Amino acid sequence: MSLSDTQKTGLRAWLLTDTPTSRRHARAASLYQAWLSLKGNHMAMLGLGILIALVIIAALASVLAPADPFIQDLGLRLTPPIWQADRDPGIEGYILGSDSLGRDILSRLLYGSRITLYIVTLVALMAPIVGLLVGTIAGYTGGWLDIILMRITDIFLAFPRLILALAFVATLGAGIENAVLAISLTAWPPYARIARAETLTIRNSDYIHAVRLQGAGPMRIITKHIWPLCISSLVVRVTLDMAGIILAAAGLGFLGLGAQPPSPEWGAMISEGRKFILDHWWVATMPGLAIFTVSLAFNLLGDGLRDVLDPKDGKS
Amino acid sequence: MAMAETSRKGRRRSPLFGIAKKTGSTLLTIAVTMLGLLFVTFFIGRVMPVDPVLSIVGERATAEQHQAVFLELGLDKPLITQFLIYLGDVVQGDFGKSLRTGFPVWDDVTRVFPATMELATLGTLIGVFLGVPLGVLAAVKRGTWIDQIARVVALIGYSMPVFWLAIMGLMIFYGKLGWVSGPGRVDIFFEDIVPNVTGMILIDSIIARDWTIFWNAVSHIILPASLLGYYSLAYISRMTRSFMLEQLSAEYITTARVKGMSEWAVVWKHAFGNIKVPLITVIALSYAGLLEGSVLTEIIFSWPGIGKYITISLLSADMNAVMGGTVVVGLVFVLLNIFAELLYKFFDPRAK
Repeated sequence: MSLSDTQKTGLRAWLLTDTPTSRRHARAASLYQAWLSLKGNHMAMLGLGILIALVIIAALASVLAPADPFIQDLGLRLTPPIWQADRDPGIEGYILGSDSLGRDILSRLLYGSRITLYIVTLVALMAPIVGLLVGTIAGYTGGWLDIILMRITDIFLAFPRLILALAFVATLGAGIENAVLAISLTAWPPYARIARAETLTIRNSDYIHAVRLQGAGPMRIITKHIWPLCISSLVVRVTLDMAGIILAAAGLGFLGLGAQPPSPEWGAMISEGRKFILDHWWVATMPGLAIFTVSLAFNLLGDGLRDVLDPKDGKS
Repeated sequence: MAMAETSRKGRRRSPLFGIAKKTGSTLLTIAVTMLGLLFVTFFIGRVMPVDPVLSIVGERATAEQHQAVFLELGLDKPLITQFLIYLGDVVQGDFGKSLRTGFPVWDDVTRVFPATMELATLGTLIGVFLGVPLGVLAAVKRGTWIDQIARVVALIGYSMPVFWLAIMGLMIFYGKLGWVSGPGRVDIFFEDIVPNVTGMILIDSIIARDWTIFWNAVSHIILPASLLGYYSLAYISRMTRSFMLEQLSAEYITTARVKGMSEWAVVWKHAFGNIKVPLITVIALSYAGLLEGSVLTEIIFSWPGIGKYITISLLSADMNAVMGGTVVVGLVFVLLNIFAELLYKFFDPRAK
């Protein structure tokens, strides 16, 4: 047995111990065990793999892309993908074909991953945090504040989501940042519901009473003792929601209310390709496949995470 | 705790009192939610950086004309007064005039809503008749390849952009294969022939006994309805599976099997009988989702429904129409939600 192997087993043993020696040790051990059971889920690992690939592609888009995503070549417009029989064999490049302005679709897809990642990250940061704040405050304080906050949540839930997002974008003006804002505004209510439900079950538990007896104020109880316990159900929900968020962002882009041309946003690319769909199928098909792959990856990972973090199947 | 106390008090009085109280609180919930909905739509409508006066008088109007219309619309009053005036009008069914179509918004909405309902109803029917058996089958054959296929079918439904699938569907089934008709509700020369009774062309053409138009309408609706049906199927089959699994692992199922009941009776009579109530809730929610979520589908299929109406009005800054349309969709959504909740309470004695 080599030295590195013993070190590995040493680390493994440290992570799998039943008797953690410190708080950080316990946390690392439980994370590791969650990771182990997630690793056993092939579908979830496939999803994770795709998402890691997406991050790498987004980071290295300028290296990976065979062409500049904005350079137009009207002479080579609507070139079919490389495997199509009706393609002029003299044309070089354009592996996935070119769009109506002669831009390389593959390069645009690669650059577009940056926009997708940007939108997803921002929404994933904003919506759950707003929901967590509203939900825990409502659940912890109770009474009138609870009723008012939950009524507001219900009103936002009652709204047709895409229409609300549409109206917000129309008010604020089209653009990626406003699309993010609009999607976040429509996405937070479910998180508030979840956070409130978790808070209500935690609020009256013995250890919260114990912390309160030690003199902790509501701020400390909420931030240090309630939030950490809400995180795991929120993480599951966020991962499962990501697919919906990508689809919503693409839908806004499709309607011309998200990223503006010539930005290679996937939804907007579908919208551009729609006009040529009957004769030049690849222009709209390729970006759709990209959207589908990424949201499928989020769904696969979310499904796996739910099994690991939240064993009760089914309930949102 | 306060809740428990009131219900204990309520029980001491007649049971009718409890029902009246529950109805009252439900109505209050609807009223408050609708008020909030109106306020938000109104706020969005007024903050919108588009000058509503400009779209009436046009760009070449003089300052005096502009000012006159500005005063006529009541835009000089405080926002809260404007809201109260709007609220008063809405309660009387007056959503104002659509600047784009020139008709009262209420007339527009009642004209386009049946089209959306027709599409959503057919989509939900497809989703229920395929999704429920698929979900039951997946639960019974848990872990087998059937379960895996059902899972993949649902996952693809959750991950596919609806507008993209719609475009692909049009390209393949309309463009390449020619199996279905293209966008619109009927071919252009069939429009406005059958008398408008329900606003739903399938039903209207049956009433008029015009089978040519009926089959033409079927060939138009089948693709968008199947698409929406697929999304509904994905959701319904997953929920059915999860409800069924819960039932099938219960002890009474084992008892029934030990007694020697046929598998068919165990699954469909015992287990399925117990999931009917939550399933109806899920179906109602999915229906509500299709009613509001068909915006993109309607645009791609040029379907003259409420989603297309709202979107086009929004893009042409016709705020009266947007506000009216959104409020109506919101109202239907709220009512369906509450209907689902009531059904649950009515049929499930545990959720008193």
